Amino acid sequence: MIAIIDSGGANIASVQFALQRLGAESVLTRDIDQIQSAERVLLPGVGAAPVAMQSLREAGLIEPIRQLRQPVLGICLGMQLLFRRSHEGDTDLLDIIDGDCTAFRPAPGRSVPHMGWNKLHPKSQHPLLAGLPDVAHVYFVHSYFVPVVAPTIAACNYGDDFTAIVAQENFMGCQFHPERSGQVGARILQNFLEMPS
Amino acid sequence: MLTKRIIACLDVKDGRVVKGVQFRNHVDMGDILELSQRYADEGVDELVFYDITASSDGRVVDKSWVNQIARRINIPFCVAGGIRSVADAKTILNDGADKISVNSPALEKPQFITELAAAFGTQCVVAGIDSRRENDQLQVYQYTGDASKTIKSKRETVAWAQQVVALGAGEIVLNCMNNDGVRQGYDIAQLKAVKQAVSVPVIASGGAGDYQHFVDLFQQTDIDGALAASVFHSGKIPIPDLKAYLQAQSVEVRA
Repeated sequence: MIAIIDSGGANIASVQFALQRLGAESVLTRDIDQIQSAERVLLPGVGAAPVAMQSLREAGLIEPIRQLRQPVLGICLGMQLLFRRSHEGDTDLLDIIDGDCTAFRPAPGRSVPHMGWNKLHPKSQHPLLAGLPDVAHVYFVHSYFVPVVAPTIAACNYGDDFTAIVAQENFMGCQFHPERSGQVGARILQNFLEMPS
Repeated sequence: MLTKRIIACLDVKDGRVVKGVQFRNHVDMGDILELSQRYADEGVDELVFYDITASSDGRVVDKSWVNQIARRINIPFCVAGGIRSVADAKTILNDGADKISVNSPALEKPQFITELAAAFGTQCVVAGIDSRRENDQLQVYQYTGDASKTIKSKRETVAWAQQVVALGAGEIVLNCMNNDGVRQGYDIAQLKAVKQAVSVPVIASGGAGDYQHFVDLFQQTDIDGALAASVFHSGKIPIPDLKAYLQAQSVEVRA
């Protein structure tokens, strides 16, 4: 069973639907036992970091998430939450992966939010990247980003280079929305589902 | 590099996709789910579903198709039309839409944009602006879904665009009404003026009739995406052909 952590934001249904298209059933939950016993865990997130962290704190989920040993995939804000700290509302995050989240500054030719399809630049071999085409575009919607760090396995560029996919042991994350990234996104989710748990 | 987005707009009326000329004389174009799937398969980057009857009838879009589309397609989509409360928006986003777009209700109550941004984040909130050139003025229009109810608002387009961003909109879809449905190209000057005035992505709407119109838009402006309807629905411009054409003209698009 796959647990999708309910971090309080809207638009979690599309992650669940994407898993269904791949033939995987999932449950949306904030129940600690259910999350701990899940075969794999997704941490989606839309909205603001302080609100999402507050929601996880109220549900008593911060320490349990940090202790998870099965494959965990953070999506969009959910990926950012895996890091140490966000400049968005000066928020302490889950502090699983070392790195801080900072804001894109608007500039000529750079609208903020970064919204649309941009290219992945793989940095290393990783099962999550298996079978992707040479040119792989994925769908981003975000105003904050994590710079490229040691566990970054795929980067992207939007004026700044930033982390598109991160993987550190069992914790992985995508800054983009794999559930809305066409065939490429579906393949990444499939790769996550096929990872040994 | 961020690619330029090609967006198909499906005007929805009574659960069917329709298209009119300059917002009038609506013709049936087909089934929502079938058309959505076709576009996703052909490589369109995003879909906008715009219930053109909702705002002026004072009712909310029928939500059953939102959920069906979210289950079926794997590209982002936005729902517009008659979203009048945070609760309306929440239902649509929970059903799986990625963004909601507001237009007339924001003109009635600008604070509504801020309420939506606070509840869901600016990235979910698109401001639709229907703008008409009148002499040397750019004028915002309201209730454009129904010709008999359309009125001129008191707002000037560039100023309103700046205001919606200040209020919390994360994207603007600018529909240039003079050009809509007449296939003579996008209103480059107007789009440039709005794009230069704001920091968020701006999507061009109204006027696409030929491949070169898309090239002109992306080569002459910093506009983030191009929205069109009739040229896509009719098959006059197939999405894969458009993307190949843009790529050949050095406009970066999704492969």
